[in-house]
Amino acid sequence: MINKTVSNVKEACQGIKDSMTFMLGGFGLSGIPENSIAELVRLNVKDVTCISNNAGVDDFGLGLLLQKKQIRKMISSYVGENAEFERQMLSGELEVELIPQGTLAQRCQAAQSGIPAFYTPAGYGTEVAEGKESREFHGKMHLLEKAFEADFAFVKAWKGDAAGNLVFKGSARNFNPNMCGAAKITVAEVEELVPVGTLDPNQIHIPGIFVQRIFQGDKYEKRIEQLTVRKRD
Amino acid sequence: MALSKEQIAQRIAKEVKDGYFVNLGIGIPTLVANFVQKDIEVDFQSENGVLGMGPFPFEGEEDPDLINAGKQTITTLPGAAFVDSAMSFSMIRGQHVDLTILGAMEVSQNGDIANWKIPGKMVKGMGGAMDLVASAENIIVAMMHTNRAGASKLLKDCTLPLTGVNCVKKIVSNLAVMSIENNSFRLLERAPGVSVEEIKNATEGNLIIEGDIPEMIF
Repeated sequence: MINKTVSNVKEACQGIKDSMTFMLGGFGLSGIPENSIAELVRLNVKDVTCISNNAGVDDFGLGLLLQKKQIRKMISSYVGENAEFERQMLSGELEVELIPQGTLAQRCQAAQSGIPAFYTPAGYGTEVAEGKESREFHGKMHLLEKAFEADFAFVKAWKGDAAGNLVFKGSARNFNPNMCGAAKITVAEVEELVPVGTLDPNQIHIPGIFVQRIFQGDKYEKRIEQLTVRKRD
Repeated sequence: MALSKEQIAQRIAKEVKDGYFVNLGIGIPTLVANFVQKDIEVDFQSENGVLGMGPFPFEGEEDPDLINAGKQTITTLPGAAFVDSAMSFSMIRGQHVDLTILGAMEVSQNGDIANWKIPGKMVKGMGGAMDLVASAENIIVAMMHTNRAGASKLLKDCTLPLTGVNCVKKIVSNLAVMSIENNSFRLLERAPGVSVEEIKNATEGNLIIEGDIPEMIF
């Protein structure tokens, strides 16, 4: 067993520099690497490019990096929940590339799998298609989309072990598995780091080969963005 | 009377058939789940990685690790499965999802749809909408027939940035049910009490009107 454990988030983030490209898992605020984001804020790295489906809210998630103006460019599919984001985008301080959600997921997956590019119908005939090669397959037009290239991927799992094996929970899984192994270094933070051998190999979602560094997060706020409930009868 | 948002959802629910996997967009489409016939089996897919979505949780039972694509807390039904985002879009792109219901700002008579951006005003992003409309075989749009100023949203050509081209099959608005046919909107049903003339006046694109147009039945 190759031990991927690092003692804390500081060690997990060693080698991080200005102007790097990061992938960050999560959908909305669900399944985001909270501890790694806090460390990126503390390190105050600048001019970074972030690949993440969403950009957090004003005071949580990637919104914390936006507040400190650490992000030069965001690559996302939906950014509707963040006023500071909108302000920086409209003023031109922040470069934004909006791409279809399935394309975003597949560009991560392609990077993980060593596939340099792929064709997808999403975005054909729209401004997303500008500057991209298109080609017809089965009578339908498709766009050539490229795998992402990133320096670090920050993912969050429910449980993991020293081998870097990961298990996710509920819809907090989302982009996290697709980003594992899709960057030069994958940092996985987990709610619970369990002894090697306790995770059932049949139930592992991501094997440790895709993870370089793993640590147990100090705490998780797990903020709910839209609390919706029903009354008991 | 023009339909309320709930009534639009109620009418669309009649298009949901036994055995369908359905993806519901944010807004009116989300309401469709409330009106699906009780005696059929339907599975709701949420593109953030949930198949077999259930109702909102009871107070105090919400789980931050269990949300839908609108970031609302949800539950799952027996038989549900969680997947990663790439697999979720394999369900969509691979045409395993039978029906997609989504909202629109504009639809054109050839089936183009615009629903993600108003230049200079609103840029929230397309989320999964571009993947959904590019791949789904069966797309129903839930929308208001006109904007607040009374201008038609059913146009010859969309004016806003497109989400997808030649993809919309059916539209249920607050005034009418229409299909896209021969580069036109074909009027199929009227909202109760709404005249063909009113629908004609509210539609900028070509409108095919043939024979008696029945009122919607809920």
